[in-house]
Amino acid sequence: MTRRTSLALAALPASFLAVFFVWPVVSILATGLGEGGLGTFGRVLGDGHLVGVVWFTVWQATVSTVLTIVIALPATWVISRFDIPGRSLMRAATTVPFVLPTVVVATAFLAIAGPSGVLGIDLQGTVWLVLGAHVFFNLAVVIRLVGGVWAHLDPRLEDAARSLGAPPWAVFRRVTLPLLRPALAAAASIVFLFSLTSFGTVLILGAPRLATVEVEIYRRSALLLDLPAAAVLGIVQMVGVIGALAAYARYQERHSVEQVLRPAAETARRPRTRRERLLIGTILGGTGAIVLSPLVVLVWRSLTATGAFGFEAYRALARGEVISPATAAGNSVMFAGAAMLIAVGVGMPAAVLVAARRGRLSHWFDTLLMLPLGTSAVTIGFGFLVALDWPVDLRASIVLVPIAHALVATPFVFRAALPVLRTIRGSLREAAATLGASPRRVWRDIDLPIVARVGAVGAAFAFAVSLGEFGATLFLARPGSPTIPIAIYRFLGRPGELNVGRATALSVILMALTAGAVAIVERVRPPGQGML
Amino acid sequence: MKRTAALLALALAASACAQQTEDQVTVVAHDFFAVSQEVLDQFTDETGIEVTILLGGDAGLVVNQAVLTAGNPVGDVLFGVDTTLLSRAIDADVFDPYVSPIGGVVPPEYRADGVTAIDVGDVCLNYDPAFFGPDLPVPAGLADLTDPRYAGMLVVEDPTISSPGLAFLISTIAEFGEDGDYTWRDYWTDLRANGVVVAPDWGTAYYGRFSGAGGDLPIVVSYATSPDAEVAFADPPIDEPTTSIITDGCFRQVEYAGVLRGADHPGAAKEFIDFMLSLPFQEDVPGQMFVYPIRTDAALPDWFGSPPIDPNRVDPETIEANRDRWLAEWSDLVLR
Repeated sequence: MTRRTSLALAALPASFLAVFFVWPVVSILATGLGEGGLGTFGRVLGDGHLVGVVWFTVWQATVSTVLTIVIALPATWVISRFDIPGRSLMRAATTVPFVLPTVVVATAFLAIAGPSGVLGIDLQGTVWLVLGAHVFFNLAVVIRLVGGVWAHLDPRLEDAARSLGAPPWAVFRRVTLPLLRPALAAAASIVFLFSLTSFGTVLILGAPRLATVEVEIYRRSALLLDLPAAAVLGIVQMVGVIGALAAYARYQERHSVEQVLRPAAETARRPRTRRERLLIGTILGGTGAIVLSPLVVLVWRSLTATGAFGFEAYRALARGEVISPATAAGNSVMFAGAAMLIAVGVGMPAAVLVAARRGRLSHWFDTLLMLPLGTSAVTIGFGFLVALDWPVDLRASIVLVPIAHALVATPFVFRAALPVLRTIRGSLREAAATLGASPRRVWRDIDLPIVARVGAVGAAFAFAVSLGEFGATLFLARPGSPTIPIAIYRFLGRPGELNVGRATALSVILMALTAGAVAIVERVRPPGQGML
Repeated sequence: MKRTAALLALALAASACAQQTEDQVTVVAHDFFAVSQEVLDQFTDETGIEVTILLGGDAGLVVNQAVLTAGNPVGDVLFGVDTTLLSRAIDADVFDPYVSPIGGVVPPEYRADGVTAIDVGDVCLNYDPAFFGPDLPVPAGLADLTDPRYAGMLVVEDPTISSPGLAFLISTIAEFGEDGDYTWRDYWTDLRANGVVVAPDWGTAYYGRFSGAGGDLPIVVSYATSPDAEVAFADPPIDEPTTSIITDGCFRQVEYAGVLRGADHPGAAKEFIDFMLSLPFQEDVPGQMFVYPIRTDAALPDWFGSPPIDPNRVDPETIEANRDRWLAEWSDLVLR
């Protein structure tokens, strides 16, 4: 890759992040510290309670990540390696939890294992419920990112190992796992960051004693009005995130393997034996129960919100008092479309660049791209307010909504693409070049189809992330055009059983919208997919 | 080419000037601000001013946003600064003082320097009547809640996060005082011993725990108007509220609006504040925001109860001077 190409690829992502991330975040942190002085560090870090919060934040994120991967891997294997009916439906279903607003999921979890939950055990305020919710939210990350690679691994590698007499477990450990490691690490890094900055889930399920740094930042910004402490906590959070990302980048570099990917249709097979069918059934049943039970609870609540079984809540919603659901849905889809375009436009060139170049600069670029995911939503929202008034005053502009969504969505595009791009074999390109293909032709015939394919996976993710985005949107000064999650929040803030009914009904609509959107994006994959 | 550029610059300058005219106003408010479209249209018809509303989270966040952008605001009017936050906003020089010519409609006790009171609301204990009867009377007031008979029945919001939670804490401080034989600290120590449940926010407390709204606990910190809202938002319709309030120990919050310092349209902002004091807006307040209009001559909807008599009140300056300390002490008493 020439220098000029690299610069061209870096231009858009670098300037986007500089203007809409680095500048606002630096501004708000400087404002907070300017108000409190450096002594704030001593005040915050000397507070035993806050140190406890930092410790809890890190360990719950680590445990959430490990649990998510352990629980998601069997389902990922089934969904990506077997040709079974309803495969894409299952993949779409696991994406639904990922986009549901945390407030909604938290109430569903309370309905299952809360003070008057159906399970009859009250886990509210314990870490178990928080971990459970994190696993529920993040299963999709592993199933999609790891599944994206697993579905294309050449089955002959495993067959060869097996024919040499390796037992199934050894085949997995010695052959499959090393090949999946980059994708696993990518998924783990996202799950970790998501759990690290978890806000609504911990706030509602862990209350009143459990708090993450993110919850504490919100607490400082909501009623305590202690911006200096919020700034210090914001810095602590970012330092932790940068550390985790640096470790990840190093690992990734060391473990990425070049390999030939096969089309998914070629690698998937029908289950052969009775035992295999039984195993698949058990795995899908178990994962299905985790994913579906909170969703079923939500649907059930939306149908019984007014005491009797029926569609009262939906009818009340359709009357459009307070907020019109059609407008909110329209806004959500529009913002998600815009955020998806921005995230792909920023994330894909960056992924192509980082995949092609190795070195320190590329490490830093990688870290910078992921950083918004590990930054507090309050910090970003307040940062927009203090920084984006010049040269054009964007602070009250509607364009900030898709931009804020894109900041959160870009890491997904980037992470979905990077491991796959790194596996394109250099020898493929060289062969094409030896056969007389021009660099442009090599790019078009070898790289582009793969880039387009992973770009589509990332786009679907970005769209879904934007549909469900709540935190960053809440903290912006938004012109009165609510997205669905914001509308749900506003209904839940008003008394009256019809309002809570409307909130649950709207959540169900969001679920349907998400599943539909993901299914559509999966269908309109670019023609290049045959290559993979 | 040069001439085109000059013309373009002129046109740009002209359009920049046009933006300075007073034919539009931007109102910044918290997420629970609401007004009927007809009422807003009426304002635009009468004054020719187009209204844009910007929402930015809950009351505390919106005030914090205004503090961060003091002098260079994102809008012209800020609505929704309440008693617990007013001094913070004034100390940070968020507002350009404005006294409305029709400010006389605001009862004297609610007038404040430079800002205009728009509505009042009361944070009160709500209870579920189905839970109480001859054997267990409804608690008469705050003091009863430490009685073992009411153990494990009360859910409150975390005052370090939730605005009604903070209001309730301040109410207990007003009731039991800071010094003496039995202070608010003793009260909360007793509440804790009696199994008070702390929820993070109003929605989780009310919808998650209050038995009047599908939960398991019969007493919750909510608003004086919540029972009326239960009537207004019931399906099938009901005539009588299914929940009630305990009138002792309510806390009165006043919500203010002011002209933001450095606003692009200060003239239009003043007109909008005058409009918020007019009867059409004031009479729209109960149905939209479930609080009481500031004007005593504004008609209330027939399903709306009258406000509680003699709620606890604490002035904004006292709250500002003590809020952080109270919250820190409360956290130590109840959470640690």
